[in-house]
Amino acid sequence: MLDTLMSIDLTSLMQSTIRLAVPFILAAIGGLFSDTAGISSIELEAVILIGAFAAFAGAYYSGSLYVGLLCAVIAGILLNTIYAYMVVGTGASAPLVATTLMLLAIGLTNFFNRALFGVSIEVVRVKSMQAISIPLLHNIPFFGKVLFEQNILGYFTFLLVLAQWFFLKKTALGLEWRAVGENPVAADTAGIPVRRYRAIGVLLTGIFAALAGAYLSIAASNIFIEKMSAEKGYAAFAIIILGKYTPGGALLGCLLYGFADALQLNLQAMGADVPNQFLLMLPYVFTLIVLFVSGKGRRPSGHGKFFAGRSHR
Amino acid sequence: MKLEVNGISKSYGNVKANQKISFQLNQGEVLAVLGENGAGKTTLMRIIYGLEVADEGSISIDGKQVQINSPKDSIKLGIGMVHQHFMLAENLTVAENMILGTREKLTELINMKKVNEHIKEIFAEYHMPLDPEQVVGSLPVGLQQRVEIMKALYKGAQILVLDEPTAVLTPMEIRELFQIIKELTKNGKSVIFISHKLDEVMEVSDRILVLRQGKVVGEVKTKDTTKTELIKMMIGRELRALNKGLEFGSLNRKVLLSVDKLCVKGSGGKCIRDVSFQLWNYEILGIAGVDGNGQTELVEAITGLRKVESGDIFINNQKSTNFSVRKIRKMGIAHIPEDRRARGLILTQDLVNNYILENHDSFPFSKGKVLRKKAAIEYAQRLNQDYQVIADSVFVKAETLSGGNQQKVVVAREIEQQPDILIAVKPTRGVDVGAIEYIHSCILNERSKGKGILLVSSELDEIMALSDRILVMYNGEITGCVWADEVTEEDLGAMMTGVKKDFSAIRPKEIFKHETVI
Repeated sequence: MLDTLMSIDLTSLMQSTIRLAVPFILAAIGGLFSDTAGISSIELEAVILIGAFAAFAGAYYSGSLYVGLLCAVIAGILLNTIYAYMVVGTGASAPLVATTLMLLAIGLTNFFNRALFGVSIEVVRVKSMQAISIPLLHNIPFFGKVLFEQNILGYFTFLLVLAQWFFLKKTALGLEWRAVGENPVAADTAGIPVRRYRAIGVLLTGIFAALAGAYLSIAASNIFIEKMSAEKGYAAFAIIILGKYTPGGALLGCLLYGFADALQLNLQAMGADVPNQFLLMLPYVFTLIVLFVSGKGRRPSGHGKFFAGRSHR
Repeated sequence: MKLEVNGISKSYGNVKANQKISFQLNQGEVLAVLGENGAGKTTLMRIIYGLEVADEGSISIDGKQVQINSPKDSIKLGIGMVHQHFMLAENLTVAENMILGTREKLTELINMKKVNEHIKEIFAEYHMPLDPEQVVGSLPVGLQQRVEIMKALYKGAQILVLDEPTAVLTPMEIRELFQIIKELTKNGKSVIFISHKLDEVMEVSDRILVLRQGKVVGEVKTKDTTKTELIKMMIGRELRALNKGLEFGSLNRKVLLSVDKLCVKGSGGKCIRDVSFQLWNYEILGIAGVDGNGQTELVEAITGLRKVESGDIFINNQKSTNFSVRKIRKMGIAHIPEDRRARGLILTQDLVNNYILENHDSFPFSKGKVLRKKAAIEYAQRLNQDYQVIADSVFVKAETLSGGNQQKVVVAREIEQQPDILIAVKPTRGVDVGAIEYIHSCILNERSKGKGILLVSSELDEIMALSDRILVMYNGEITGCVWADEVTEEDLGAMMTGVKKDFSAIRPKEIFKHETVI
């Protein structure tokens, strides 16, 4: 076992870590836009699935990956418009609405997948996204290969983490955003349009989670598989919580998860003498332990609290 | 800045919360808005602050009519509000809370370091012992309130609305708040002080506006009025004098509750030591003391909510030390708890369930193991009527009632247990004048029925008005046991701080007389 571990190539391990982590990061950072404003992002799973299919279908018919991305974004916005209307607008229970949306997403994607691409043995493929090496930087030993040979979504994702951190911590709007999540009534009293911020947060979640789905179907692979999201959305939702509702925490959690996933894939491929199932558990166990040890998560105190607006009170 | 309110009306469904209310607020003035719970004070202030829009009427500032549709508008016009329940995000820092909502353009950046320094300067200017970088939730309530005040001032408030600001404060903090109000008015700010506490209004205000049932019923200069006159305006009649008269001569007196050398461990290392006393029938025994000197622990020990370390408690001559709460209640104790929201009521359930909380398992509310809802509903309706609880029906959740009515529900339930001993802890906390009067009369009524009442309160007025004898607690011990009609407030104060001890009233007066005859 130890021999197998020692023989893993670190560079390729880290490369696959990042590759596996990117969709999680996209989803978790996307989810944080609603969670920091106090709306649970438990609908991530549904958005990822819809996004994956929309990106694939868009890319297939147009022949352009960018059109695929655009389709994913539109699908994510549409789906989360429903979520925003239900949860932010009417105060419906978030888990309930998310479950319904998940069933809707499974139904829609399965139906259209079969209707458009049939159930043939011949798998329909698109040309997947290629990595772009950044001149000079990619020559840095180790880091160059790990960090600067990503596809466009990969670079976008890491910029997004930075942007979100900057937004939440350094801008006045970000402070208001957090206040909405912490105490919606107080934010309202300070003249902040609580419901508008929350709705926008949910739509942003829709955009980025759909891109996470697109990453699965047209960047990390080149096919769409039914139920392709495979609980990644729920994992991202859990990472948000364990990461204490901060972009940094989410990034760290996702990277850990990706690392453990990469490790177990490597071990499997090399035929380690551990039962497969235990290896598959590794990412979950690993992430749980590290984030648990790092201390108790703190939820925004207004999280999940419906704000009806003034005229209803 | 001068504020004029003209003919403001606001209805919610059939309820007319405000009817044609008009008043003026001059610069540098403290205007008290006085009224019972539900008189329309808070609605009026919410309209001025833009949290509600009036059905009719207008507001002018310095003679110019203004439109206030949201807090954003009112803040811009220089109106600030300190809410009864603070509008602070507890997990953000003091400074972050203060600058919230001051953004001018969408992409504005904040440099917390600069902001903190700037706010530190402002605090220094107002002599505020606040640290801008501290997380608000970690501050004591009094300081959180000051963050609220400073927040309003930071946003340029010239008119400050304080909604029931003293409800959450200790006497010491109240003094400090009044000092702050004085300084503010000296600097040309105007204050609207909303309260139902007469003493405070008399002390802090220049003028008083009295509201009753949504209407202005009086506007007076504070120095030209008296408390009696204000009460008359507030509740529409004079307070009835408490009738304590009771002919003791023929009564059969006996001990109902006896506490013997009781020792209890309290929270935070505090404890009560060697507490002994007796509660007789036909008497109200007041327990006075500054909050946190063992009163809570004592009551919890008697009612079975806290473990007794040593010593004994007897109810009707039967030992009840460390019995379960249920068993103790069955032995004849009813308990009006200190915190009605935490211990007194199940807020999310309707009044019916709250009323039968303690005897839902016995006839007539259940037969066998099956609830008899109809009996419970009738019972609840009777109690609502008998105890003048104002509620739409008995099916509304307890949390929808005003504080005074919630308290009446608890009082009704406990008295209807027909206990021998009633333990009432702060029975009129946060309750307005009319309800206080009613609750007091209920308690006195129980006394004349021969019950023994243990009355714990930090309001000396209440203790002195109701009690026959007064126990004083200081630092977990009893420092006094005196006649309520003979002791002075100064003496009580001395005993409450442990300076003086006096045990002249360890038995009811009549018993003493009787003994001297023999």
